Amino acid sequence: MAKVKKTIKTITVDVDKCNGCRACEMICSAFHAEPKYSSNNPERSRIRLIRLPLQDIYLPVYAGEYAEAECAGRNKYIIDGKEYSECDFCRASCPSRDLFKEPDSGLPLKCDMCESEPPLEEPLCVKWCINEALVYEEREEEVEEQVEIEDLERSLKVLLDDFGEEKLIGTLARLTQGEPR
Amino acid sequence: MTGVFKMRYAEVGYNLEVDLTSGNIERVETDPKQTELYLGGLGISSKLMWDRVPPETEPFSPDNLLIFSTGLLCSTPAPGANRTIVTTISPQTRLMAFSMMGGFFAPELKYAGYDHLIIRGKSEGLVYLWINNDKVELRDASHLQGKGAVETQELIKQELGEPKAHVAAIGLAGENRVFFASIEQGRSSASRQGIGAVMGDKRLKAIAIRGTRSDISIAHPQEFIELCDEVMQFIEHRQANPIPGVMPILAILGSPQEMLHVDEKWHTESFVWGNARERIKGYWTKDIEKKWKETQESVRTRLISCYNCPIKCGAVISVPGIASYMMKCFSKLTYTMAAYSDLDFGFRIAQRATEYGIDGFSGPQVMAFAVELREAGILTDKDFEGCPSDNEGIFYWLLDRIVRREGIGDALADGTYWAAKKIGKGAEEFAHNTIKKHEQVPIKLGMLNPIYFLMYATGEKINITQIEGQFPQAPFATMEDKQEFVKDWIQVPDEKYKEYFLKWEPRGEFSMPFYPGIEACCEIVDWMERMHYIDDSLGICAGLSSFPLKPPYHIHNYPKFIHAGAGLEMDSAGLTKIAKRNRNLVRANNIRRGMRRADEKPPENHWRRRFPELEEKLLDGYYKFKGWNRDGIPTKESLQDLDLAYVAKDFEERGILKNGQS
Repeated sequence: MAKVKKTIKTITVDVDKCNGCRACEMICSAFHAEPKYSSNNPERSRIRLIRLPLQDIYLPVYAGEYAEAECAGRNKYIIDGKEYSECDFCRASCPSRDLFKEPDSGLPLKCDMCESEPPLEEPLCVKWCINEALVYEEREEEVEEQVEIEDLERSLKVLLDDFGEEKLIGTLARLTQGEPR
Repeated sequence: MTGVFKMRYAEVGYNLEVDLTSGNIERVETDPKQTELYLGGLGISSKLMWDRVPPETEPFSPDNLLIFSTGLLCSTPAPGANRTIVTTISPQTRLMAFSMMGGFFAPELKYAGYDHLIIRGKSEGLVYLWINNDKVELRDASHLQGKGAVETQELIKQELGEPKAHVAAIGLAGENRVFFASIEQGRSSASRQGIGAVMGDKRLKAIAIRGTRSDISIAHPQEFIELCDEVMQFIEHRQANPIPGVMPILAILGSPQEMLHVDEKWHTESFVWGNARERIKGYWTKDIEKKWKETQESVRTRLISCYNCPIKCGAVISVPGIASYMMKCFSKLTYTMAAYSDLDFGFRIAQRATEYGIDGFSGPQVMAFAVELREAGILTDKDFEGCPSDNEGIFYWLLDRIVRREGIGDALADGTYWAAKKIGKGAEEFAHNTIKKHEQVPIKLGMLNPIYFLMYATGEKINITQIEGQFPQAPFATMEDKQEFVKDWIQVPDEKYKEYFLKWEPRGEFSMPFYPGIEACCEIVDWMERMHYIDDSLGICAGLSSFPLKPPYHIHNYPKFIHAGAGLEMDSAGLTKIAKRNRNLVRANNIRRGMRRADEKPPENHWRRRFPELEEKLLDGYYKFKGWNRDGIPTKESLQDLDLAYVAKDFEERGILKNGQS
């Protein structure tokens, strides 16, 4: 594939600056509501804060790719005397935990850096984090051209994993042809 | 309710009713008309108390309610909308208590699908309530008996396997019905007026919540988010530009930033030590500053915030060798100053006191009161049998006795007012720092301040910090400074407040106690109090609103928040009327329980120079201004104007207001 210039959007997470307020979760869920800001519920957020104040653990994690099976990762990490599970750092929406799933449908959530038209200056979790635990940066990089997985494709993949190809195609065919069930 | 579906904005439209006697649990739809009249939070809870808790109800009766209310804007994107208002009848004041906490409890309750949690009855054994969205159950808590309030929160989260649950719990003090027992929750606590004792009396050790299913809807999303953006920008501006001319802890937003600042010159020299007794001028030396700085920085793990608020008023405190806990504000100094000790002692004993769950204002004063009684020979060595001889040891020993109600601790556990009555032998003289039977901020001053006189006398929130805020505490020295201050004072409801401030002088004709004049004092106090009552019905933290000078929320933008958030038609006159209605409903509850003018008295020694005639005139003027009669009872006319005719009717039936008279 050809090389293309791509804007890489990154968020630097400085856990030492996190004050544990969870505004990032709240505003993420509000931005992604339909219509925008019409409701909020941190459970729908694509960023989740692991917050254990008495252990001084504050770890914002972003939702990434959907994983159809849980992984073998059960290791423990001790950083500055604080114990984390390997899982804590993972972005995947996966069967082993209820993180990064729509609470009603169970469909996976993924951070989209608040893409919208017109574009925002920065993702809203960053904008609302005035303590600067989350800082946004853009840079240009040359990367291999590839096809982005769209929302629909990701959702279909979940259904495919859950029900199998035959059932899914059959149901789709029936629905689109309006055949009585 | 009619069968017509009405979309609910900002609120969810359901209450959770729990009867601890029968174990019955119900989810009850609420009437949106009540929201229009009282908003939420304190407004709704005082209406519930009025409707369901008649004045004969004893604090420790199964009929007493314990209400956890969320404010109308809680869980909306409005920054700092996270307050829980806890309402019940106080064992200490025997009046309607409403104590508030920040943290994460109110948002979690709302995301679980409830605006208000109403608890009645009394459980036979110790239980805790587990609210997991629409699954609600009472669970055995006998294994948690005697556990610390912080410890209990962690144990419950562990046994439920729910690290994200938020838990409000009582410690030993609540279990043993100490009159100044608190309810602790994460970095916050509802401490005043003994609401933890009521929870303990109901045999309710804790309430754990996990809320994931209820989305909070906004009536006009775009408008609302723009208002939130403005508030966030203002917060950034204010934090970067502290107000000149006031002490550092009051120059920025939040509750006093005592976890951040080490400089305690103002508190240690202006507030009083021991049993709210003496000022120590010149206390704050370079040596003290250096030592306290070391102490504070060595135990403070991190500055932290409540839900959806950028201001870091709290801190996690980890003193080597003892369990971590969370602290905020002035409890940093109350134990230190009551015991004439140092900051290291303060942080250590506060850990134990937080686990026991007691109020950081009343607790230390009660202990210092006991020490004074011993010095005066009213309490004897026999009462102190087994007590260590060192100063700090005495305080730990007293704390341990009080929360267990052992020996002399039993009387002391009722607070200074009631303990003095029980102990007798002149002990009353030593319970000198109460209003309405409740310990006050330990501060003693020179010249009567007419504004503070009215706030102390008439406040039913008991704590001065919950009434004061919008008007500077003292006049500025130069006209230049004053003019600089009023330049961006957009929060004033009316330009006349600027005039009062500009004219106000430290000395001479326009100085205290005769300036500001009576009418101006009434207006200033009414404004400050109004902002607190609005906050408490909306669930917005006073630290971003009514408490600090020049806050981001004020009478001009609040109506827009209510309109855009909850979809109610609102302007500042309408909001002022609701605040007034809620204020009068709180007072109505207390008038019905016997509170009168005679109870509205600051401590005799609060100011050295008192002006009895002026004070009477101030109170007369303020009552009149508020629409209350000479005895402080809301008149029939003013009640009717506020759509509180049902209160007037009740007052007449009880003979509190005579028919045909106001």
